Amino acid sequence: MYEIVVKEDLAPVTKLFEVKAPAVAKKAKAGQFVIVRIDEEGERIPLTIADYDRERGTVTLVVQEVGKTTMQMGAMEAGEHFATVTGPLGIPSEIEKFGTVLCVGGGVGIAPIYPIARDLKEAGNTVLSIIGARNKDLLFWEEKMRSVSDELIVCTDDGSYGRKALVTIPLKEMLESERPVDHIWAIGPAIMMKFCALTTQPFGAPTTVSLNSIMVDGTGMCGACRVEVGGQTRFVCVDGPEFDGHEVDWDQLLTRQRIYPEQETVAVERWKHECQCGNGS
Amino acid sequence: MSEAIRDLPKHERMKLPRQSMPTQDAEARAQNFDEVALGYPQETALMEAMRCLQCKRPKCVEGCPVGVNIPEFIQHLKDGDMPAAVRALKADNNLPAICGRVCPQETQCEALCVVGKKAAPVAIGRLERYVADWDLGHPSPPPAVPPPSGKKVAVIGCGPAGLTCAGDLARYGHKVTIFESLHAPGGVLIYGIPEFRLPKDTVHAEVDYVRSLGVEVRLDTVIGKTYTLDELLKEQGYDAIFLGTGAGLPMFMHIPGENYNGVYSANEFLTRVNLMKAYLFPEWDTPVKVGGKVAVVGAGNVAMDASRCALRLGAGEVHIVYRRSREEVPARAEEVHHAEEEGIRFNFLTNPVEIYGDEKGWVRGMRCIRMKLGEPDASGRRRPLPIEGSEFDMDVDMVVMALGTRPNPLVFTEAGGLERTKWGTVVADEQTGKTTKDRVWAGGDIVTGAATVISAMGAGKNAAADIDRFLRAETAPEEAQESAAAG
Repeated sequence: MYEIVVKEDLAPVTKLFEVKAPAVAKKAKAGQFVIVRIDEEGERIPLTIADYDRERGTVTLVVQEVGKTTMQMGAMEAGEHFATVTGPLGIPSEIEKFGTVLCVGGGVGIAPIYPIARDLKEAGNTVLSIIGARNKDLLFWEEKMRSVSDELIVCTDDGSYGRKALVTIPLKEMLESERPVDHIWAIGPAIMMKFCALTTQPFGAPTTVSLNSIMVDGTGMCGACRVEVGGQTRFVCVDGPEFDGHEVDWDQLLTRQRIYPEQETVAVERWKHECQCGNGS
Repeated sequence: MSEAIRDLPKHERMKLPRQSMPTQDAEARAQNFDEVALGYPQETALMEAMRCLQCKRPKCVEGCPVGVNIPEFIQHLKDGDMPAAVRALKADNNLPAICGRVCPQETQCEALCVVGKKAAPVAIGRLERYVADWDLGHPSPPPAVPPPSGKKVAVIGCGPAGLTCAGDLARYGHKVTIFESLHAPGGVLIYGIPEFRLPKDTVHAEVDYVRSLGVEVRLDTVIGKTYTLDELLKEQGYDAIFLGTGAGLPMFMHIPGENYNGVYSANEFLTRVNLMKAYLFPEWDTPVKVGGKVAVVGAGNVAMDASRCALRLGAGEVHIVYRRSREEVPARAEEVHHAEEEGIRFNFLTNPVEIYGDEKGWVRGMRCIRMKLGEPDASGRRRPLPIEGSEFDMDVDMVVMALGTRPNPLVFTEAGGLERTKWGTVVADEQTGKTTKDRVWAGGDIVTGAATVISAMGAGKNAAADIDRFLRAETAPEEAQESAAAG
C-alpha cells in the first residue's frame, strides 16, 4: 500500500497527490511514469511523474478527473492509500544541453512538462515555456513553471486568463522569430500534441512528445499501448513514452484511445450513483 | 469402493477403465467462469488409484520434470492415508493443485505409464489434483525448515519457476525474497490461465503455502526499473539470484491492420479478463470489449484459453485460426476437447494475411490464405506453406493474436555479463540453470521460450538445488566436499 501524504486541489478537477513510494522516488527521472491502482477492484492506469523527492521518498502525480478512476482518486485524501504504485516505468527524457529549448504544456500536461523544463534548465539550456488550458480553472503551476523558465507564456482557449490562444499560436510565433530553437517538448492531450507537431514540422524543429495510450501492465507484456511511430509499431510503455512527434501516427493513437467509450460511460454513471448514495442523500 | 475391487489381482485391475472426471455441462459452462473440470469424487479417485501397478522402476516418474514419486503418493491414496499421500506429493512439488490442473500429463508422466501400453494410462494428473485438493481442504502445518543458512537469495518473477525455486530454497534454509512486477503473485497462473481452468483461490492457496515456508513476496517491483540485478547483488547483499520472469512479451504477425481497435494480443485479452477480472466489470474497473464474431490466431493453450474466455464474455461465434493441421496443435488434449465441446470452431491450415478496419478504426474482417504442409522444419513439424490464390475473407469484428511470447528484456537492464541468445532468451546450463553471470541462475520460459508450467517448475527446482550447492560450498567448503563425496 502506498500512502498519500499530500493532496492538493490544483483546480476544480485537477488534483495533486504526493505518494510515499521510496523505491520509485529513488529512481524516478523526468519523463517517466508509474502505474497506479486505487484498490483491489481498480484498473491499472499510467500517470506521468510530475515530481519526486528522493529524501522524503515520495513521487508527485497530477490527475485530471476525466473518468471513473480519476474521479475516485479525486475523492481520496491524504492518509489514504493507493493499492499499487509501480515504477518508474518508461525511458527518461533525454536531457542534454541543446541551447534553446521550448517546453509546451497543455492542460494536465503542464505537470509532466515541469520536471523536464527544470532538468533542461539545470543542464544549462535557455528554457522558453508555453502553458495553456481550455480555461482559467484548468491552469496550474504557473509560478512553478516561471521559476524554471527564462520566458513563460500563459494562454487559455477562451481567454479567461492570460492570452486568448491555443498553445500552437505562440509556439508558431516563437519559431518564426529570429531566435533559433534547438529542441521542443510538447506534452498534453493527444490532439494538442498532434497540432504542436504539425506546427513545428515545417520549421524542422526536433519535437519530443509524451504519448498517453491505454495501458494495462505498463511493462511491455500486453501491447495495449501500441502505436505506429515512423511506420513501425512501438510500445509506448517500454519504447516510450516519449517519441519524435513528427513520426507518430496521431490518428491511430487518437483512435486507440477510444476503445472503451461505452464502458467509460457505464463506469462513470455507476460511480456518480455510488457517490450520491454514499453521501446519504 | 468395494473390498472386492481392492483385492483384485493385477490382471483384473488392469481391466478397470480409466475413470473419467466429472465436468460442468458444456452449454452451462460456456456462460460462466466457474471451473470446468470438477475433480474426482473419493470413490472414483480410489478406483483410479487401483489401476496403478506400483511398478518397481516406475517410468512415470521419469516423465515428470520435478520427479514426483507418483507410485508412492498413489499407494498412500489407495491405503486411505491422505496426509501421507500429501507428504509424498509435496516432497517434490510445491504446487500440486496447480500441476494437477494444467500439466500436459499426456505427454509426460502418463505418456510413460506402463498401463498405457495396453489400455488407457493411469490418470495421474487427476489423482494428483485429488490429493492436492484434499490437502487444501485439510491444512497441515508447513514442513519444518532447517536453521537459517545466513544466505539471501532473490527470485525474480513469482510464476511457476520462481515459486518452485523459492519454495525449495526456503526448504534448504535460505532467506528468499521473490520480486514480482504485477500487483498479484502467480505470474502466468494469475494473469494468463483463466479461472475456469485454474481457480485463483487454488493459486492463492499454493502461493500461501510457499509463503508459509518463509518466502517473502514483494509485489509491484519491476526488476530492471525499480531495482536492477546488479543493485540486488552489490547494494542489497543478495548472495544469488534466480531469474524466472518467463516469456511475457506478446508477438504480433506484422500484417497490415494489426493496430485496429478490436485486435488484442492474447496477453492483453487474458490479463484484462483474468488478472483484472474484466468479466466482473463494472464491479471491477477494467473493461474488455468482445466482438460478435471472434478469431483467435494460434492453437496453443493460450489460444484455447482466449477463445473460451471470448465465448464466456458473450461472443456469438469464436474461431481458432491455425496455420498447421490438427496433428500439430500444441495445446493440451483436454483443452482442445473442452473447447470443441463448448462450440469453438477450428479452422486448420489457415493463416491471416491482413486485417480490415472500418472508417472508425475498428476491425471488420480478416483476409486469410489456405495453407498446406510441406517438409519438416527445424521444430520437426511439417512446414506450413501458403496455397497461392486461395485467399478468402473471414467476417470477424475481433481478433486475438495468440502466437507465442518472448522474454521481456526489462530485467536485463544493468545486468552485465548475462549472455542471451538471438531470440532474447537467457543462456543457461541445461541441468543447473547457471547463467554466464556470476551468482545468477535462470529457468523456465526466460531460458526455453514459451513452454509449460511444469517444465518451468522443473527448471526452478534444478536451479534451487544448484544454488544451494553453490551457497553451501561458499559457507563451508570442506563440509560441502564431504557431503558431496558421501552423496
